[in-house]
Amino acid sequence: MSERKTTNVEVRLPSRMGFEKVAMSTAASVAKLMGFRDDRVEDLKTAVAEACINAIEHGNQLNEKLSVGVILSASADGLEVKVVDNGEGISKQPPKPDIDRKVHGEEDPRGMGMFLIQALVDEAEWVHDSKGNGSYVRLVIRLDRESEFDKESK
Amino acid sequence: MQTETRTTIDRTTTSGGTSISVMRFTGDISSASKESVLGAWQTVSGNGPVLLDFSKVEYINSSGIGLIITMLMEADKSGQKVAVFGLTPHFQKVFTMVGIGKYAGLHKDQETAAASL
Repeated sequence: MSERKTTNVEVRLPSRMGFEKVAMSTAASVAKLMGFRDDRVEDLKTAVAEACINAIEHGNQLNEKLSVGVILSASADGLEVKVVDNGEGISKQPPKPDIDRKVHGEEDPRGMGMFLIQALVDEAEWVHDSKGNGSYVRLVIRLDRESEFDKESK
Repeated sequence: MQTETRTTIDRTTTSGGTSISVMRFTGDISSASKESVLGAWQTVSGNGPVLLDFSKVEYINSSGIGLIITMLMEADKSGQKVAVFGLTPHFQKVFTMVGIGKYAGLHKDQETAAASL
């Protein structure tokens, strides 16, 4: 069996808004070293920032005694990012945001984070650790692939 | 840690003589921008067409998008026209993904944005 070589980078963030930018910059640096195109680096930055914001705000409820773990695993074909918090995770995916309902006050104008994550990366899954060790979101962005949105826009 | 948001407002006039307010944002647009963005919006709300200038903004997150949608909600209620310019290609894509383009035209520069109003 061939072993798949990965290179890992880990960052721990305080649960304070704004620190998602540290994870965003780190992910961008790793992606650039791996040779990702600029547009995919931008997709990754937004997806990582939104995952960290969710972990800080909802997972760890802005409790600065808790930290958010960000684990980047680079391999030959892509980059996996796990964002780990102490929360209970999500029980079900929220519905796709509806701009008409938002503009007409029928839906919270916020609540776009999970939608953006799913739209901008190649894989996104939200995992709850049944042993009570927290939850994580796992994102994968592959080298030499356009986002689904960019493909559909052509 | 979050970069401060500065919002300035100036006015311009189209070749057709229409007076337009231009809200120019600098810094990040995030949850910390609420006072700066919505405070400035109150001074132009209900007062003719508005351009939103993002040419000096590098980071917008989902909370920031929520603030922009809040401005569009108020504009929609009062029938006020809004157009956007100066977004990076990435945020132009993000704004299109979330549907903002349906309520505010997304333009490359101030001239084309003003001409659309």
